Amino acid sequence: MPRLSAVGAAALILATGAFGDVGHAAEEVEPIAVSWPHDGVFGTFDRPAAQRGFQVYREVCSACHGLDYVVFRNLAALGFSEEQVRALAAEYTVTDGPDDTGEMFERAATPADPIPPPYPNPQAARAANGGALPPELSLITKARANGSDYLFSLMVGYEEPPPDVEAPEGMYYNAYFPGHWIAMPPPLQEGIVAYADGTEATVPQMAADLTSFLTWAGEPTLEARKQSGLKVVLFLIVLTGLCYATMRRVWADAH
Amino acid sequence: MSASPSGRPEYSNAVVRWIEYRLPVFSAANEFMGTEYPAPRNLNYWWNFGSLAGIALVLQILTGIVLAMHYTPHVDYAFQSVEHIMRNVNFGWLLRYAHANGASLFFIVVYIHLFRGLYYGSYKAPRELLWMLGVVILLLMMATAFMGYVLPWGQMSFWAATVITNLFSAIPLVGEGIVTWLWGGFSVDNPTLVRFYALHYLLPFVIVGVVVLHLLALHQHGSNNPLGIDKKSPKDSLPFHPYYTVKDLFGLGVFMIVLAMFVFYAPNLLGHPDNYIPANPLQTPPHIVPEWYFLPYYAILRAITFDVLFIPAKLLGVILMFGSIIVLFFLPWLDTSPVRSSRFRPVYKWFFWVLVADCVLLGYLGAHPPEGSYVLMAQIGTAYYFFHFLILLPLLGKLERPRPLPRSISEPVLGPASSATPAE
Repeated sequence: MPRLSAVGAAALILATGAFGDVGHAAEEVEPIAVSWPHDGVFGTFDRPAAQRGFQVYREVCSACHGLDYVVFRNLAALGFSEEQVRALAAEYTVTDGPDDTGEMFERAATPADPIPPPYPNPQAARAANGGALPPELSLITKARANGSDYLFSLMVGYEEPPPDVEAPEGMYYNAYFPGHWIAMPPPLQEGIVAYADGTEATVPQMAADLTSFLTWAGEPTLEARKQSGLKVVLFLIVLTGLCYATMRRVWADAH
Repeated sequence: MSASPSGRPEYSNAVVRWIEYRLPVFSAANEFMGTEYPAPRNLNYWWNFGSLAGIALVLQILTGIVLAMHYTPHVDYAFQSVEHIMRNVNFGWLLRYAHANGASLFFIVVYIHLFRGLYYGSYKAPRELLWMLGVVILLLMMATAFMGYVLPWGQMSFWAATVITNLFSAIPLVGEGIVTWLWGGFSVDNPTLVRFYALHYLLPFVIVGVVVLHLLALHQHGSNNPLGIDKKSPKDSLPFHPYYTVKDLFGLGVFMIVLAMFVFYAPNLLGHPDNYIPANPLQTPPHIVPEWYFLPYYAILRAITFDVLFIPAKLLGVILMFGSIIVLFFLPWLDTSPVRSSRFRPVYKWFFWVLVADCVLLGYLGAHPPEGSYVLMAQIGTAYYFFHFLILLPLLGKLERPRPLPRSISEPVLGPASSATPAE
């Protein structure tokens, strides 16, 4: 029966989609569902939000978290001018060398340099953070399921623990972290950042801006991907339609 | 082009004639898939998937070779070289996503192609070797995909490599030695990564060789068809070109749309987020899962939680996991029915769909931790899988009463008069 085969095939294809969500622990909490400007077929980055998010990263997160795969010149994609990027980079010093005498030396960073990490190595990071290693953030939204939603939820999810639960030493309760106890103290407080564009710095505002920035950092080619995707898919639909019509014409005399 | 009195094709174009006289590629191509290669006239869309598999292989090789130009196979640089491809290489993101999602589509297409063979009896005489070569291709694909997944050196890359290479330690006596030899050391480390890179580059070309054999075997007797009966007259077939070249082209268009939807709009849907975390030998992920196309085998592996006689559970799990594919080699002899197509096998048809559901169930279970009721379900699923091939198929061929076969391929299409007295 051809129809049974078609139903079976459709069920198979749908089933493979169900496997996109593999390996999750039973107790994981669903993050807050947020509608991001970068979501969907026509998604783009909210550049002002991403610029504010970069300011949050610089002033709050970069004390402990690196951004290893972002290079200063990448920031031009957020709307900074070349001079702004050069000035921004020059605020940091990096070690370079060896020079002609064999010595390492310090110099101002240039747009070609990656954003310098806060610690020289993981051991130093652990020593400064009570044994916990703050992950580098350039891929964080891709390294977590529903990354953008998860990151936002994590930032706003710090709460009082349930009354009967013992707080482990040096840990903080977060509603969205797997296991609920996270070693990072709540990073965002009302007004901790004075936004350059004058936006009010509430915790949800900073969390959303930071998420926009880090989603960009994880996937700077997102807009190019979605825009070229639209052209590719439309082209293919037209082409496939023409192939279908050709096929019907060729087969007309065989029936 | 027209046929000369001697039967050899004559081409009107002088350049074509010059080449053809020295290297007969044009007539070879025509005999291979052109107007000179007959195909059954009643093939349905399930017959598109063979050509799609071939195209998926070419796509993987082309994207893979360009990726290989920018990738660094060293534990300290692999992950960052992949990020370099994603961020700095022109259209690197497109190459990477096309290669990763192309692998998934390659498996979807091959699994459908395989199940088509199961449904229509394409593995039966005289196509047993054709089928067995296909199983060899599947094994090579699985080895290639496994090694390819290790190359980005993410958490899942490293830990999947650790789990799967450790399986060989289940082999009695020589197991531990084999694992050390495979690793090139005492754990998954740089030597492992580099040799996986070398083999991942090599095996696709071995696959190409086996595909050539697969196509030669196919052309010996031509394609099977949905009725499962042999061609009786030229009326039963159509020239491959233009009928099936244009149908395959349409199928390719649909395939490319599906691929484009994944690559451009859901490039990480089929992947695991943990693989965007650089490999850390000192930190095991909460759940180690392979890519979706390995999930059913993973479920079978983990289903065996008990020793049987002198065989430890771990070894039995490994044996059954590989056995689930080895059993496919023997399928032409396990299935005793003289009827090929499920269209005329009402009982087998039902069990075919049960097998499909069983494989989907095993896949679902492979994605979940082996706890609670999942363990029993995986054991039942594994038991049915082997029951289906080793007990059901041999019995069903003898016990089933098939429906009457039509007289010829063309009869259902062109009417009974057409199949009377075939003009040879």
